Amino acid sequence: MLLNQFLLLAAALFCLGVYGVLTRRNGVLVLMSVELILNAVNINLVAFGAFQDNVVGDVFAVFVIAVAAAEVGVGLAMVLLMYRNRKSIDFTEVDMMRG
Amino acid sequence: MSVLAQVVPFERPPIDWHAVAPELTLLAFGALLTLADAIWLERGRRFTAPLAGIGLLAAMIPVVTLAIDGADRSLFGGAYVVDNFALVMKALFLLSGYVVVLLSTNYIGEGDYWENEYYGMLVSSILGMIVMASARDLISIFVALELLSIPAYLMATWRKRDLRSNEAGLKYYLMGVFASAVMLYGMSLLYGIAGSSILSEIGEVVNGPDGESTVAAMAVVFVIAGFAFKVSAVPFHTWAPDTYEGAPTPVTAFLAVASKAAGFVALVQLVFVGFWGRDDIYEPLMWALAAASMTIGNLIALRQTNIVRMMAYSGIASAGYIMAPLAVAGESAAAADESLRAVVTYLVIYAAMNLGVFGVILAMARKTRSAEISSFAGAFQYAPGLTVAMTIFLMALAGIPPLGGWWAKFVVFRALVVPGTVSGYILAAVAAVNSVIAIYYYLSVLRTMWADDAPDGDVTPIRVPASLAAAMALTAFATVAFGVMPRIVDNVSDVTLLVGVGG
Repeated sequence: MLLNQFLLLAAALFCLGVYGVLTRRNGVLVLMSVELILNAVNINLVAFGAFQDNVVGDVFAVFVIAVAAAEVGVGLAMVLLMYRNRKSIDFTEVDMMRG
Repeated sequence: MSVLAQVVPFERPPIDWHAVAPELTLLAFGALLTLADAIWLERGRRFTAPLAGIGLLAAMIPVVTLAIDGADRSLFGGAYVVDNFALVMKALFLLSGYVVVLLSTNYIGEGDYWENEYYGMLVSSILGMIVMASARDLISIFVALELLSIPAYLMATWRKRDLRSNEAGLKYYLMGVFASAVMLYGMSLLYGIAGSSILSEIGEVVNGPDGESTVAAMAVVFVIAGFAFKVSAVPFHTWAPDTYEGAPTPVTAFLAVASKAAGFVALVQLVFVGFWGRDDIYEPLMWALAAASMTIGNLIALRQTNIVRMMAYSGIASAGYIMAPLAVAGESAAAADESLRAVVTYLVIYAAMNLGVFGVILAMARKTRSAEISSFAGAFQYAPGLTVAMTIFLMALAGIPPLGGWWAKFVVFRALVVPGTVSGYILAAVAAVNSVIAIYYYLSVLRTMWADDAPDGDVTPIRVPASLAAAMALTAFATVAFGVMPRIVDNVSDVTLLVGVGG
């Protein structure tokens, strides 16, 4: 096993996630794309941790998972709020303010 | 065998309780606010705001005793540091948090939305900021960033049935989450290079031969880009105007001052402790971000008709001024020292004048029910006090002596020219031109307030609640005092980082 296999996987996931955030219109899919980026981060952290035989990477990954859960909780609440107020979760419709 | 599976007898690391006392105090008050909400429900409304205010001031006590003690403290193997930079920033966060409580008291109390949680959120966000001021480790920086951001997302969405507030929160959330994910990717690469999450250890590796690698460069770019979102630097600023306009105005004041300062605190720690050796990467990056933020922020501010939006663009421009010294920080130890002081000075003075402007906007909006600049016309006829206060704050932002802002700008210029590099001189010239542009839109607001006639001839006076008046008096006093006696700020901003250059 080589470290770069993990890093390539993570890089691919990262790119997919960034692509998803930039192009998706549906709120839930945007949140999922953010999760893809965070999982890319976790793969990186755990892989680096395993190859350096060092526990910091695992600990960091656990923190990322826990905090991401809190973050997505808030995000889903906002999507829900948006659905209640405008019966749509299309993010491109959110453009009342400009300039 | 995996590292996790090894059984190691656990020994608690020694904890310096005095060093973490500000955080613990604020945590206790945050918990108390949440409990009060759970127990007394609606009856708790009367005392949540004072309780939050007392909590923020109580947390100042250990900050002051730590400052009197004066010793630098380092906890958890260097992951958590209390040096004078951290203390100054903690004091800034707590005091500006206190002013935000004063600004919020009537605004939130008179709305239809639940108050108790609002102050709980505010206190936990400020807790995140004061943790950030001490965090010298990737994990603590990340946790502090999220602790300060997540409540802020919720506060921006506070008026939950108002579509504008929803939009404000949603845009802030999306940009914030995306930025922190990108920043985390950079952090994971940094950890990969250094094998440690402690900034000072990362600094050693990044300054050494391993730091020359492309991966290190990528990591630096990703992390700085992530924080550029937080401080709303161009081109990562798109959320700021919409969020500022849609969010409740006290929250806007909080985001514009405290949240931005927290982003800068993290940037400063990363640059001075972690990335010091890669000035070939961060200097051009900071240069471009600073120049673009100043120019674009000021140019777009010129054509705003809504004062909150105008302040958002002026805030983007200010982010440029604050970032500018970092573009020359890597030239020498003297330059690093000078630019660290410039950043701290600017943040302190900026907090006073910007909170003041939002105080006046809140007071004016009690009558006009609008943040359109045209609705402020003729303010001098019915609210001379507010007009004079607004004049003080906007003149200070424009950088006109003897009000605070000129000193903030002066130290930035000094930091830019001290290293004597061409790029520093060019950036100083860009900043100078921008300062002149900024005077135009600040003065045009003042012209409307002083010279125009009140719409519909309505000159009933504004009744300003005591807490709002206190907030404006505090910030006005600070703005004038900083300008007349810059030595006060100079004493405060004469900081060094425990580990890092110039320290």
